[in-house]
Amino acid sequence: MSTTAVERPVPRGATEVRRGRVVGLSALLASLAFAAALSLAVGARALSPAEVWHGLFAEADPDQRLTEIRLIVQTVRVPRTVLAVVAGIALGVGGALIQGYTRNPIADTGLLGVNTGASFAVVTVIAVFGFTNPFQYVWFAFVGAALAGVLVFGLASIGRGAGNPLTLALAGQGITVFLMAMTTAVALTDQKSLNGLRFWNAGSVAGVGFDVIWPVTGFIGVGLLLALSTLPALNLLNLGEDVARGLGVNIVLSRAVGIVSITLLAGAATAACGPIAFLGLMVAHVARYLTGPDYRWLVPYAGLLGAVVLLVCDIVGRLVVRPGELEPGVVVALIGAPFFAVLVWRGKFKSA
Amino acid sequence: MSKTDMKPTAAAAPSLAPGVRIGQVSFVWRPWLVLVSLVLAAGAFLVFCLSIAVGDFPIGLSRVVATLFGQGEQVDEFVVMDLRMPRALAGLIVGIALGVSGAITQSVARNPLASPDILGITSGASAVAVFLVTVSGGAAAALVGSVGLSAAALMGGLGTGLLVYFLAWRRGIDGFRLILIGISVSAVMQAITTWLLVSADIRDVARAQAWLVGSLDGRSWDEVRVAFWCSLVLVVVVSAAAFPFKPMHLGDDVAAGLGVRYTRVRAVLLLCAVLLAAVAVSAAGPVPFVALVAPQVAMRLARCPTPPMVASGLLGALLLIGSDLIARTALPVTLPVGVVTAAIGGPFLVYLLVRANLRRS
Repeated sequence: MSTTAVERPVPRGATEVRRGRVVGLSALLASLAFAAALSLAVGARALSPAEVWHGLFAEADPDQRLTEIRLIVQTVRVPRTVLAVVAGIALGVGGALIQGYTRNPIADTGLLGVNTGASFAVVTVIAVFGFTNPFQYVWFAFVGAALAGVLVFGLASIGRGAGNPLTLALAGQGITVFLMAMTTAVALTDQKSLNGLRFWNAGSVAGVGFDVIWPVTGFIGVGLLLALSTLPALNLLNLGEDVARGLGVNIVLSRAVGIVSITLLAGAATAACGPIAFLGLMVAHVARYLTGPDYRWLVPYAGLLGAVVLLVCDIVGRLVVRPGELEPGVVVALIGAPFFAVLVWRGKFKSA
Repeated sequence: MSKTDMKPTAAAAPSLAPGVRIGQVSFVWRPWLVLVSLVLAAGAFLVFCLSIAVGDFPIGLSRVVATLFGQGEQVDEFVVMDLRMPRALAGLIVGIALGVSGAITQSVARNPLASPDILGITSGASAVAVFLVTVSGGAAAALVGSVGLSAAALMGGLGTGLLVYFLAWRRGIDGFRLILIGISVSAVMQAITTWLLVSADIRDVARAQAWLVGSLDGRSWDEVRVAFWCSLVLVVVVSAAAFPFKPMHLGDDVAAGLGVRYTRVRAVLLLCAVLLAAVAVSAAGPVPFVALVAPQVAMRLARCPTPPMVASGLLGALLLIGSDLIARTALPVTLPVGVVTAAIGGPFLVYLLVRANLRRS
């Protein structure tokens, strides 16, 4: 071995890269656990770890104060923590997938019309049926999101140029803006739905019970499984369509699976929390910066990052304007955007 | 005047579009693009006249044209020039400004989704306007009273655009960095808007929401005059800067090789795009989608590889005035023009995409 070779930066071997990624994934899991614990303890009433533990696992207690703590933890803190984790994972994975499938680095899950489809359904059912409770319109929101996603994808895949990333993105924008206009038209003519819309629009994980969370988690689980199954094909698709076809990828099938998975993930998360913009876009870029372009690593990273960011933003939102709350959808943008802008400015991201 | 340029060389392929050179200025003669632009101009003029003609006191089209050229009767003169002209002109100016602004940003960023909305200009203007509408404090109310909502929105849009530009500046402007910074600044502005809307009184919210959609209602000559002169200056600057911009579609290196100082050209054009969008927003509110859809549709109609600026502006005007006409007359409830631009523009864009896809098969 010559001395000059030692002085050059040694290229890292495959095992070393993999070890780094596993360490990163473990660190993300640890921060997720920490953030979740924090989310149980922090709020209008701060609880000690012992109290949280008691609230989670103790049976009914004669002590009035402890019963109250149990009530806070089990009916308020646990549901919103679970929802933040589930929705964060869904939005993060959805964001990474849609950037992969459209090969557009500024693609967001909103691009498929998912958010506006849900918004339109919400204002429509409020205007028509007079629903006031989120429990009633969350299902319509999900149906609206799914229909919009299917419509956009269906329109973009008519004819030969099917699934051209640019066509998909533009068709998504066309339908999105159309639905947004219809939403505004309804909201402007009906004050009740305008009122409902502005709260749902802010994006919140509070006030949703397990009767909504479990089904939403089910949809998201199916979406995640589909997402995992399509990751190897997605890697090949990003080498270019011809290469992927040559390597035996069924392009139409894998693209359809991808879109269904994105719709399930983003649609369910949006229905339960309202549109949380920017989260998926941001964590997908950060994940790509951390892992490189391999989607088998990028997607899990993006999911965990999404969950951590959403949890932290929800916690911050509970703390800054006490005793009121700032919706996590608002906090995500206020905290995430400057952070993201710094990373962009330092030239960390490449165009897909 | 140079004299040797028009000679076709033997090496040139016969299918090449013929070039035209006048002094230092040269361009490619594309008959189809010129035809499309002329048709669009005629269409824009027609809806402009229609918009003036239709109303509670209908005036015949020929009388409108006569009045426009200063030969109308006195009654028509009053209705046309004092009552309806400001609104129609505002539509014309805002439409052209949005179309050209969109064409520039889409060309510079080389991404069809890069419209002024993405660069945060409209969301910045909206945040300022909603702040002034919903926060009913002494200072805010005084500000609205003295400078007006439009001027405040103009400052908001301009400030946000400049903020995005300077944040994205790092030894030059890179299209991709510009878009990402724009998205993040825009996200912040939208978050502020959402927050204000959530915490505000519902009556203020309805007022803010109506402004947020974009409307041409009740424009006065004063507002139109400001928007007109600003846009005119900007469009002149843009047309001067557009010539060195052409080769930049071939990539920065080729452009540099052809002697284009691309960083400076890009900076001038982007600044113009920001100003045009800010002027448009201040005059009509953040009318959505015109800046995105007009260049894309113009590009497909004219069969150009990049958004053509003149045709984009004309199409923007056509779309905006036409939508305003529909919003005023054809609908059972009165809706702001922004709702109609999106309702027409969105499906039309999708239709063009699907048709292009079908033709390819």
